[in-house]
Amino acid sequence: MTEGRYLLKGLTLPDGSKSEIEIRDGKISAVAKKIERDKDVVEVDLTGSVVLPGLVDLHTHLREPGKEDAETILSGSMAAAKGGFVAVSAMANTSPVADTAGVVEQVYALGQSAGFADVFPIGAVTQGLLGESLSEIGAMADSRARVRIFSDDGNCVFDPLVMRRALEYVKKFDGVIAQHAQEPRLTHGAQMNEGEISSRLGLKGWPAVAEEAIIARDILIADHVKSRLHICHLTTAGGVEIIRWAKARGMDVTAEVTPHHLLLTDESALSYDPIFKVNPPLRTQRDVEALREGLADGTIDIVATDHAPHPAEAKECEWQEAAFGMLGLESALAIVNQTMVATGLMSWEAVADRMSHAPARIGRYQDHGQKIAVGSIANLSMINPTQILRVDRDRVASRSRNTPFHGMDLQGVITATFYRGLPTYLDGKLSPQGGG
Amino acid sequence: MKHLLSINDLSKVEAISILDTAQELARVSDGPMKKLPTLRGRTIVNLFAEDSTRTRISFEAAAKRLSADVINFSAKGSSISKGESLKDTAQTLQAMGADAVIIRHGASGAAHRLADSNWMSGSVINAGDGTHEHPSQALLDAFTIRKHLSKSGNDLAGLRVAIVGDVLHSRVARSNVLLLSKLGAQVILVAPPTLLPVGVESWPCEISYDLDAVISSVDAVMMLRIQVERMTELFFPNAREYSRYFGLNNDRIKALKPDAIVMHPGPMNRGLEITADAADGARSVIVEQVANGVSIRMAILYLLLAGSQEIGATI
Repeated sequence: MTEGRYLLKGLTLPDGSKSEIEIRDGKISAVAKKIERDKDVVEVDLTGSVVLPGLVDLHTHLREPGKEDAETILSGSMAAAKGGFVAVSAMANTSPVADTAGVVEQVYALGQSAGFADVFPIGAVTQGLLGESLSEIGAMADSRARVRIFSDDGNCVFDPLVMRRALEYVKKFDGVIAQHAQEPRLTHGAQMNEGEISSRLGLKGWPAVAEEAIIARDILIADHVKSRLHICHLTTAGGVEIIRWAKARGMDVTAEVTPHHLLLTDESALSYDPIFKVNPPLRTQRDVEALREGLADGTIDIVATDHAPHPAEAKECEWQEAAFGMLGLESALAIVNQTMVATGLMSWEAVADRMSHAPARIGRYQDHGQKIAVGSIANLSMINPTQILRVDRDRVASRSRNTPFHGMDLQGVITATFYRGLPTYLDGKLSPQGGG
Repeated sequence: MKHLLSINDLSKVEAISILDTAQELARVSDGPMKKLPTLRGRTIVNLFAEDSTRTRISFEAAAKRLSADVINFSAKGSSISKGESLKDTAQTLQAMGADAVIIRHGASGAAHRLADSNWMSGSVINAGDGTHEHPSQALLDAFTIRKHLSKSGNDLAGLRVAIVGDVLHSRVARSNVLLLSKLGAQVILVAPPTLLPVGVESWPCEISYDLDAVISSVDAVMMLRIQVERMTELFFPNAREYSRYFGLNNDRIKALKPDAIVMHPGPMNRGLEITADAADGARSVIVEQVANGVSIRMAILYLLLAGSQEIGATI
């Protein structure tokens, strides 16, 4: 590495203008149509690529500690870099659960030593994700991991009093509660979206109302205590309507959508192949369209992957026995390109907002989501939006292979990822760059 | 046709050909030589991961009358109860040379998984998967209805059939709605709203919450079993109220058309969804359904495994 001096050429900025970018000592040192070459700079030809501020994922399952057969912080970070991400947020449902300062500090440190992306741990809202008593929220916030997002993801914080207290408590350090909105009584044993398809397949339904009822409740609680609420993986047209209503009233709520919910529908379940089993479930085409519209108009603030690796045996079985979840990091930007940009629904500037600026703002990740401008930390993601990505589960960086997109052609290929000024992914190769 | 997983796998012509074949095989079974040599040397596995007596015995009898070797593999005391995966079970059966696997399983779609994965290469016959389908039951029901009521002797055009009870959890109802409507019958599902799935309005049938409003207009009434565990899951207030609104009792039997028949896939809860008088009365074809089941399952095995051989050629 030549002292970390790079000249990236042939790029298109999010606003559509052609540009070159120079990187020096981890920062962007020049952005211009034509930059004068220093003799010791490494030139990288990225003709045809769009450059975005480095992608930030607020919803990632890295499985370590506890489920290292499915993913490790290292393998998950590599998948992140390959997908254009420079920061991921490790969900708390590990074993042990990330509900103490010790666990979140370990996760953070493992991320730094992996050297592919910043790994920001998400802390559990309640001890053991059980929904009963608050975890050591303050200690996690004050730890070296500086946790700002708290979530019991996988479980809904169902008790309204626990939810209220958590929302109030995180105001102390400007934290946010990320809610997995799922009314448990209405979804007991649920397998897929409740509707025409589930009625035919005889699989127990997960009704849209079970998501919408919790979103509505929590928006009202959060507004009452004037705290920050983030809704994980929104999936329903009704949920989009509720968030839109709340934002119109000035309530401080943010929401995310996953790439798979922007692309796939519950018709995938007709195969009974549990590779399509995910929680919350794939919904109808009408929901997909509402989610796309909501993401385009800003009702939905961010795209988050809900990257959920599972070992083969968790999916090579009957649908109702299979684990929920699918890989997401490596295909996320291509799907956003295909469903939102190529369709004309969203500009690249909007993509930069939904996948970098906004998630960094919600997570209070100060080194991320910065503009592509001189002086910014050089976290950059580049995608060739016209190339086709033929997804191959045998060629993923993740330790697991449970991608529902296997064999599909997605539009857009990640060409380079720069993390703190150094390439973590370039020319199809992954290389660790040490922490920041 | 390699597998029978769902009624959707069958065209109307194929369904009728199964019924016709069953009719012919029933005639043979009534003769002096019950057994046909058709499937001699073929191995058929009864993989019953869920308790079942009548369906397993029915398939076993059908396979034996066709001279197949039958291996029974039940959940209790087997590797399945020790936590073996469906994949490993399937690969084991494949290694043992199963030509067909008849699977009963508590998970909806289990038969599809067996057929669509590359875990085994034999034919898969769905003998009931979770709350999804039970195609051989629907075929024997259609066979029974046709025998008694068909105007053409071919399909079920012009007939009205009520299916009454726990549609939500019933694989029998799902397969019957698909098959009977395919054969030209008008199906009416009768149930409390709690026991109809969300999305049922997309099915090819009518819906009613009122058995008394429907009973006098149908040619056949098929009662579904109410499982004991539904009692505690808030689907209806109690057994007495369920019986009052949805049970088949003497008053309702009297309201039936003169030729109408009474059906039940079994096992029955006498006194709950059907009274003893209704179950044992002159209109009941419930015992006959069981007999027809063997013929239908012979026909299924015959058509899947013996292919285009003429029945006569093998006698």
